[in-house]
Amino acid sequence: MAEEQKLFTVTIDNITIEVAAGTTILMAARKVGGDVAPPAMCFYSKLQGSGGKCRTCLVEVAAGSTADPRPMPKLVASCRTTVMDGMVVKNITSEKVKDARNGVVEFLLLNHPLDCPICDQAGECSLQDLSYEHGKAGTRYEFQRRLFQREDIGPYIQLHMTRCILCYRCTYIADQLTDTRMHGILDRGEHAQISTYISKAIDNDFSGNMIDVCPVGALTDRTFRFKQRVWFLKPLNAHRNCDKCCGKVTLWNRGDEVFRVTTRKDEWGEVESLEDGKPAWICNECRFHKKHTSDWVIEEPRKINRHSVISAGHYVNAVKPPEFIETVNGGRKPRHLMDIHEVSEVNKPNVHLNELPRSPKTDSYEK
Amino acid sequence: MAKKILLANDHIEGIRYYDAYRKNGGYAAVEKAFKMAPGDIVEEVKKSGLRGRGGAGFPTGLKWSFLAKPEGVPRYLVCNADESEPGTFKDRYLMEFHPHLLIEGLIISSFALGSNRTYIYIRGEYAWIVDILEQAIAEANSNGWLGRNILGTGFDCQIYVQRGAGAYICGEETALIESLEGKRGNPRIKPPFPAIKGLWDCPTVVNNVETLAAIVPIMNLGGEEYAKIGVGKSTGTKLISACGNINKPGVYEIDMTISVEEFIYSDEYCGGIPNGKRLKACIPGGSSVPILPANLLLKTAKGEPRMMNYESLADGGFATGSMMGSGGFIVLDEDQCVVRHTYTLARFYHHESCGQCSPCREGTGWMKRVLQNIEYGKGKLSDIDLLWDIQRKIEGNTICPLGDAAAWPVAAAIRHFRDEFEWHVLNPEESQRRNFGLAHYADPLEMAVV
Ligand SMILES: Cc1cc2nc3c(=O)[nH]c(=O)nc-3n(C[C@H](O)[C@H](O)[C@H](O)COP(=O)(O)O)c2cc1C
Ligand code: SF4
Ligand code: SF4
Ligand code: FES
Repeated sequence: MAEEQKLFTVTIDNITIEVAAGTTILMAARKVGGDVAPPAMCFYSKLQGSGGKCRTCLVEVAAGSTADPRPMPKLVASCRTTVMDGMVVKNITSEKVKDARNGVVEFLLLNHPLDCPICDQAGECSLQDLSYEHGKAGTRYEFQRRLFQREDIGPYIQLHMTRCILCYRCTYIADQLTDTRMHGILDRGEHAQISTYISKAIDNDFSGNMIDVCPVGALTDRTFRFKQRVWFLKPLNAHRNCDKCCGKVTLWNRGDEVFRVTTRKDEWGEVESLEDGKPAWICNECRFHKKHTSDWVIEEPRKINRHSVISAGHYVNAVKPPEFIETVNGGRKPRHLMDIHEVSEVNKPNVHLNELPRSPKTDSYEK
Repeated sequence: MAKKILLANDHIEGIRYYDAYRKNGGYAAVEKAFKMAPGDIVEEVKKSGLRGRGGAGFPTGLKWSFLAKPEGVPRYLVCNADESEPGTFKDRYLMEFHPHLLIEGLIISSFALGSNRTYIYIRGEYAWIVDILEQAIAEANSNGWLGRNILGTGFDCQIYVQRGAGAYICGEETALIESLEGKRGNPRIKPPFPAIKGLWDCPTVVNNVETLAAIVPIMNLGGEEYAKIGVGKSTGTKLISACGNINKPGVYEIDMTISVEEFIYSDEYCGGIPNGKRLKACIPGGSSVPILPANLLLKTAKGEPRMMNYESLADGGFATGSMMGSGGFIVLDEDQCVVRHTYTLARFYHHESCGQCSPCREGTGWMKRVLQNIEYGKGKLSDIDLLWDIQRKIEGNTICPLGDAAAWPVAAAIRHFRDEFEWHVLNPEESQRRNFGLAHYADPLEMAVV
């Protein structure tokens, strides 16, 4: 039998858990879940070597370990720092972390085009989620944003370099999943860009997974571009017998029409693991060429995180509150900040909206 | 007369070549070292108190003792000759005029660390120095100081010179290793440190040219003797490359007991400031370290004279001090504009960021543009606070210290010269014609004389 795994005790945001030695702070925090897990834009637990670049996952280490309880002088990237026994980590309980994270979000958005209204990733974009949570309404950047031409890199994928946050995930996946990596990072600093250098086509068998790991809308599915907004689609788990990959996918349907096929993603936006622990990557054939429901055996609708816009209109997870708000408040009635009838000139109490025969017009109120 | 040990033979004709070098006591240190056990050499370096000359000032002996020594895995020594920091050009002088000193230091260090293949990673722009080094290596080879079974000890060593392609970031040790492996020069995320997993995932030590050259006098004198030179934890001698508004720019070897004032004004060193101008500010350790105004440069906040050594230059932290850094001493006289100067540095860091981590990639460009606006009369007063906020959010949050190096000069310029920035913003037209240059920054000593 294998030796028993050594367990380390770590405290993250005052919650103490035990994790195996060698776990990173980020993965430990994900075990706790919820807000305690730092956001990750570049780290992808299924890609070796990823992480450390975007700096959104910075956390404060208030005590290094039981043996050496000194705090670490700088914030550390939780995705690349392993836990020590007795480590005390502060994520959202640290003002320093929140401040640094706001800074990182601002930096990430500095050159981002914010073209969410016309971006296919909208609704399932990590950067969008991140900026809702930590971003500011306005930008302090007064200069022209970085611009790149759109580029088709191969028959299936389009690259919108302006949206890229240089997380390097797509290069790792090309290294680790496809036979040869056809693209990489060209130039440095602000001018760094994803490129195939001499416009080579990327059409390796598993290259489509690049689209799934891209946290933003920089790599998009050319067979799906502008066809639908993701929140109008219904995700379904489905499978087929495929000799190249596991064949376990998510279909994104509207009615009977399959709009796109992706990997199955877990709550952290990463591809799910199969029973044998391997990530369920899918091949390009399943992704781009099997777009009929008849190609697939449909299993069940996918559960969608309640907070995602994709769950709008899907009421599967809606839970009726067990108690009335008065009961929760100990008999106290909720206090209205303002009684609309008292202050409104138009919405007078003598007009009952449900009694109007059709939708209200201005003159309905002027009685 | 200050003690010279690295450049002691500077005046000898032909010291660049093997014959003259050998005749003047060259390679004696190798002979001595090869009679010692490698571990004892490391001990000797520890005793010498030598601190890394590449910028961070980390004790070299300690760094060497961290090197992992797993069985059957090669170890590497890499000499960092990428010297691209604005204002620093001391390694170039050493390599150009004393190549054998470096080679000798490399042989001893390789022996101490057990590196059979040692690399010199040299900045691409130093193209002609590559030839000088390769000639020196060939000479050392043919005289039996390199190659197989050196001096019959059974130790093999070969030195290879690898040219970079002109990126400042490839001076950062892990980026250097990546570049040496033939990859894109992106700094690695630490840990693991190179001492555990460096070049080709083998334990590696990366040291600066000057650090490795200093191994020779340490061997010749013995660690304890070497430690007697200098003061406190600043042992030995340091090469300072002085430039800017001084009468005698150049590379000087100092023992670290002289004061900054002496260094700037004495004829032995910089020889004062030309045209009778007054000292306004100075960057004492290469472009990455904080700039200091004249009053804080010559005297510490406590009123003691500031000395040219690691501790004294750092006295007062960043609030009132700076750093020894890599020894690039840049002097600004009263005619220089700190805003323009800061803008130039920001441009440099923007250009040289590798673009891996978001604070540095985006922040350096942002700082550059804001500074550009201020410099060209389009700034706002709020831009100064904005700059402060940007640098604060870069510093400490990046993968490698280039982020800090970009943030510190901006922070220090605002900290000490805020009124000059404000003057620029409030006098957009006048600032295009003339410099703020008002006397109250200028050197208090000189002012007393005038
Ligand atoms: C952006 C950056 C650039 C650097 N450039 C150089 C350089 O050009 N030469 C050098 O010797 N060290 C440079 N360093 C420092 C090295 O990372 C490393 O600390 C040094 O080579 C260690 O040698 P030492 O212990 O002998 O000082 C640089 C560091 C950073 C962060
Ligand atoms: S294209 Fe997407 S996956 Fe690739 S580096 Fe850019 S953001 Fe990351
Ligand atoms: S701090 Fe700058 S140079 Fe260093 S890794 Fe990050 S982006 Fe690259
Ligand atoms: S997720 Fe850790 S740095 Fe990007």
